[in-house]
Amino acid sequence: MLSNIGISLVILVLVLSFSTIYAASLDLKISNRFISENIYKLSLFQTTFTILSFFTLIIGFINSDFSLINVYENSHTTKPFFYKIAGAWGNHEGSLLLWVNILVIFSYLFLVFNHTHNKQFRLYTLIVQNILILGFLFFLLLNSNPFNSIYPIPPEGMGLNPILQDPALAIHPPLLYVGFVGCSIYFSAAIGSLLSNYDGKLFARSIKTWVKISWCFQTLGIIVGSIWAYYELGWGGFWFWDPVENASLLPWFAITALMHSLIVLEKRNTLYSWVIVLCLLTFILSVTGTFLVRSGILNSVHTFASDPSRGIYILVFLSLMIFSALIIFFSKNHNENYNFNLKSREIFILTNNWFMAFFLLTVLIGMLYPIFLDVLTNKKISVGPPFFNIVIIPLVVPFMFLMAIGPKFGWIKSKNKIFYKSLLLSLGAVAINLFIFYFFGKYSFLSNLIFTAAIFLILYSFLDIIDSINKRTKFEFPRAISHLGFGMLVFFIGINHQFSTEEDFNLKIGEVKKTTNYEINFEKIEIKESKNYKSVTGIFKLINLKNSSIQNLNPEIRIYSSPETLTYEAAIKTKITSDLYLTMSNVSRSDFYNIKFQKKPFMIWIWISAFIISLGGFVQLTLKKNED
Amino acid sequence: MKINISKIIIFSFVVFLLFIFWQGLKKNNSYDTKSLIGSRISNFQLNEINNNNQYISEEDLKKNKFTLINFFASWCAPCRVEHKYLLNLSSENNEIKIIGINFKDKKNNAINFLKELGNPYTFVGKDVKGKISISFGIYGIPESILVDSNLTVIKKVVGPIDQAQYNEILKLIQ
Repeated sequence: MLSNIGISLVILVLVLSFSTIYAASLDLKISNRFISENIYKLSLFQTTFTILSFFTLIIGFINSDFSLINVYENSHTTKPFFYKIAGAWGNHEGSLLLWVNILVIFSYLFLVFNHTHNKQFRLYTLIVQNILILGFLFFLLLNSNPFNSIYPIPPEGMGLNPILQDPALAIHPPLLYVGFVGCSIYFSAAIGSLLSNYDGKLFARSIKTWVKISWCFQTLGIIVGSIWAYYELGWGGFWFWDPVENASLLPWFAITALMHSLIVLEKRNTLYSWVIVLCLLTFILSVTGTFLVRSGILNSVHTFASDPSRGIYILVFLSLMIFSALIIFFSKNHNENYNFNLKSREIFILTNNWFMAFFLLTVLIGMLYPIFLDVLTNKKISVGPPFFNIVIIPLVVPFMFLMAIGPKFGWIKSKNKIFYKSLLLSLGAVAINLFIFYFFGKYSFLSNLIFTAAIFLILYSFLDIIDSINKRTKFEFPRAISHLGFGMLVFFIGINHQFSTEEDFNLKIGEVKKTTNYEINFEKIEIKESKNYKSVTGIFKLINLKNSSIQNLNPEIRIYSSPETLTYEAAIKTKITSDLYLTMSNVSRSDFYNIKFQKKPFMIWIWISAFIISLGGFVQLTLKKNED
Repeated sequence: MKINISKIIIFSFVVFLLFIFWQGLKKNNSYDTKSLIGSRISNFQLNEINNNNQYISEEDLKKNKFTLINFFASWCAPCRVEHKYLLNLSSENNEIKIIGINFKDKKNNAINFLKELGNPYTFVGKDVKGKISISFGIYGIPESILVDSNLTVIKKVVGPIDQAQYNEILKLIQ
């Protein structure tokens, strides 16, 4: 029943996409200023039916309607209500439907909200976006249909991987999708702009809100994914340079570069071609990432049961997309002359782009090189954190200095003022760094530089925030927040990296272990029977020897029955100044338990800093109306 | 002409990239457990975990009727789960020798690991950087490769060995 409803709705959306393309291309020939009412209606219907189809799937999950293969494979009647809903996008087919939803919704909103812009430009954008929608609809219907039915109807579903049942993970995909799929709209707009010979300045104005929205959501999505990895995977880290994490970073670098050069295009009406390239690149990288992850070429937690036919479809789609984008770009693009004043603000914004391009290339090479080598020479290698750390970290130092000073150029007349301010603040930063260095611990020369640069950026951005509040220069405010967040992020990652401690030892129940700062009492274990697993919980009491405060930590070993699997749940105590992290695993044939105890200073500040980065974007979105 | 050359370069780069992706799709199977079966493991040399001068190479494996090469690490939780099967295998069967390759681990942790759980291995090799393991086609641990005296792979287990895998190994070596 639901299967039929769902498939009919999807087919209806497909028909509406074709009609929209047809109606829009007819309307192109009519030379007036207004887009025909019918196109608005078509687009509105399309949006409604797409959303309905997604609700149909969600209803299937809520009611545990196992006549849908998708529900049967990814849900279970005993699953909590929240995770039943999240199950709808926690699998390949369902997430593809969410993907189509975002394409369609963005298409409609772009059409409606840009009514002051040129008709040709809007119609071309609509057509291109609908071609993208068609591509994904065909993929959905022919290869990955979430509404495929199964007969006879199984009495019970197979359940969702327990590791995916986590609040952070439930919201992680929708956030990332708004971020990544949202890029599609300015991919379409860029092609629309090329085809209609649209003015660069106006083009920048039409897409800037969309770029900011998708940037904010991408940033949030990446943070939430990282939080999930920390709390749920229990590896004790927050970033692993895993291929999937890398795949999500690539579009983020491109979009960050885009956000910055868009300012230049809007203010000075130059860099048009470059902005177009970045618009195209951001979405192409999003789809490439999807391809690499979904096809199973890269192995990771995100590789849903891999299926080569899926890979081939996305690859064909990707090739068509890249080639048509390139052909249109080369045939329609005009050469521009760039002449910038060397000390102008534009130069600094372009510097940001150079850094972003460098980071992007580094991550891209690190990610693709193993695939190249495997295909061409049959050798298997893995590129891990050392590569990324060595290549990226040293460049973060000048990058942060420029992030602090750059935005000031071109706005403030007196160059001397900037110079003295920078000198003073860099002295301050050096002093703070030396203070940390002498009183808390020694670290390498490079770390010294990183801390100094990060502190410099934090101080500078902080003063900028105060400045912009005093002088009521609102446009400075969000930028300063995001830059402050970035400085804090680097600073706290550095602190965390330098001052984390780890102890690894074996304990019996009732024993006590003393480390330099803590006394760890292994009081007892409790065995509990849950619905689908048995858990052994360790009751630990940690006494801080410095201030004799007491913490209780309860790590778990879970034994799932069918299939028999063990999972180790870390106990994490998050405090404002540090995280305590304890895992316990059983040692066969003995009464001992293996204990890993870590103290991670300022762990939560890494997330807070990252949130501050995206907060800047959200603030800018709300300010925008007052600004223009 | 200059622009045309840059266009050609960009186009050929894109074609190359997509070609690699396409080939990568086919390649994907090589990660599958089955495709390694039947192939022969080629020249390798493993240093002993305690003693750098002591090593094992393919010549030594040819002396065994069957060798199970097991990749493990002290930090790997599933390795603890499969360990009892390895112990059973080594104590109950003389036909098979088990070699452990310690993957990306600290020496002391690995030695403690074997002290706690028992040592089923006739030889423990070290692979601190993980490179040797990758040349065996390993992409995660625990993994195990069963080879005969010709060094032909007859079975590969990805993930921990469980009762079913254990029985299958017993059947293969009889």
